[in-house]
Amino acid sequence: MLNKIYDWVDERLDITPLWRDIADHEVPEHVNPAHHFSAFVYCFGGLTFFVTVIQILSGMFLTMYYVPDIKNAWESVYYLQNEVAFGVIVRGMHHWGASLVIVMMFLHTLRVFFQGAYKKPRELNWVVGVLIFFVMLGLGFTGYLLPWDMKALFATKVGIEIAASTPLIGHELKVLLAGHPDIVGAQTLTRFFAIHVFFLPAALLGLMGAHFLMIRKQGISGPL
Amino acid sequence: MHRGKGMKFVGDSRVPAERKPNIPKDYSEYPGKTEAFWPNFLLKEWMVGAVFLIGYLCLTIAHPSPLERVADPTDTGYLPLPDWYFLFLYQLLKYTYASGPYNVIGAFIIPGLAFGALMLAPFIDRGTKRRPTQRPFATGFMLLSIASIIFLTWESVVAVDWEAKEAMGKIVEEAEIDTTSDGFVIYEENGCINCHGDNLAGGSAAPSLIGTGLTAEEVADIAKNGKGTMPPGMYKGNDEDLGKLAEFISTLEAK
Repeated sequence: MLNKIYDWVDERLDITPLWRDIADHEVPEHVNPAHHFSAFVYCFGGLTFFVTVIQILSGMFLTMYYVPDIKNAWESVYYLQNEVAFGVIVRGMHHWGASLVIVMMFLHTLRVFFQGAYKKPRELNWVVGVLIFFVMLGLGFTGYLLPWDMKALFATKVGIEIAASTPLIGHELKVLLAGHPDIVGAQTLTRFFAIHVFFLPAALLGLMGAHFLMIRKQGISGPL
Repeated sequence: MHRGKGMKFVGDSRVPAERKPNIPKDYSEYPGKTEAFWPNFLLKEWMVGAVFLIGYLCLTIAHPSPLERVADPTDTGYLPLPDWYFLFLYQLLKYTYASGPYNVIGAFIIPGLAFGALMLAPFIDRGTKRRPTQRPFATGFMLLSIASIIFLTWESVVAVDWEAKEAMGKIVEEAEIDTTSDGFVIYEENGCINCHGDNLAGGSAAPSLIGTGLTAEEVADIAKNGKGTMPPGMYKGNDEDLGKLAEFISTLEAK
């Protein structure tokens, strides 16, 4: 049945080459933990992607309840945490995932660095990877404010003060982030929400697309 | 690929009518024990992912994500801290030559140099050698950076009184308290107030007494015999007052 549906679609749209291009590639011996156990270090990149997918999915569910305004943000998180079925699990996964993704990305970066895998011809992929690291840190910083509890507000105040101390563009940067020259409040929360949910994930998906395209084009770096 | 005349299409579309066989590529002639990603290796990756997911879920269930009380901008006594992976940057700003008039050094120059060098690593470390031992400068600087990150994070963590910090952010249940009632007067006279606070919301030494869900008898028993870190014999008054006190506490509900 499924095969027939597949053939029906394939006859009309020729979809086989599309997914075969993605699916068919070799896994060399030196990255396969089945042959060399030490090759588990090659798992960190994939696990980073795995946690990222979980972050996107759990984040999508969180926005079903979360309200980005200063009156209701904390209340909605409290409700999600204490009343909603499995809310504590979904929020917990998003909370711990944020830390795990940093840990996994750090380990992945160290693996690539110590193996010298960023050398010619893979310089560009390294640069894109570091940009992904920055985007992830940005996601961590903006997401920290959203529950609108004490630590969220005061950590963000400090973060914005640091941004304000940037030479030359400090004041503009502060207003851009906080939405107001003096107040960290309603505007800040909606801005951080927009940055956390739309701007940075869009950048992240674009950068990850480039990251994966390059690794497929070049293949994984050879054994040391 | 078919070229020139004789190409057949599906209907009037540009999809070729000739079907390509749906079989994976053959890697048997590649050097070493190369394996096909799809589906062989992907299945193994899924197993690693499943084990990882179990650990992840255990962590989630064992430690629910924290939520402190609602943000109160007027509370100036609160100690702000970023999430743990920013602590090293935060700690850097506490040193003399990286803060105050030298803020630019701690906030921009040092992190900028470190992250800039990280980003431009392939253009700085340009040799063809890949082993860490053959790249002493790259390896050395990276080890130094990791050591600094660990050191700064450590310094930042030990400087914080985590219990006090937790108490600062704790969600406080408030109740309407009639401070003229007999119960509250007895509460005050017997010194319960010293640990459980004047709003009965508890503190660093004692739990909140609001919405305990205990009956008056149970409260009276704890007042006399203690519980947890509360020693027995804290209540020294007579039994009539104890009844009033227990009644007062057991009926406290959060607003």
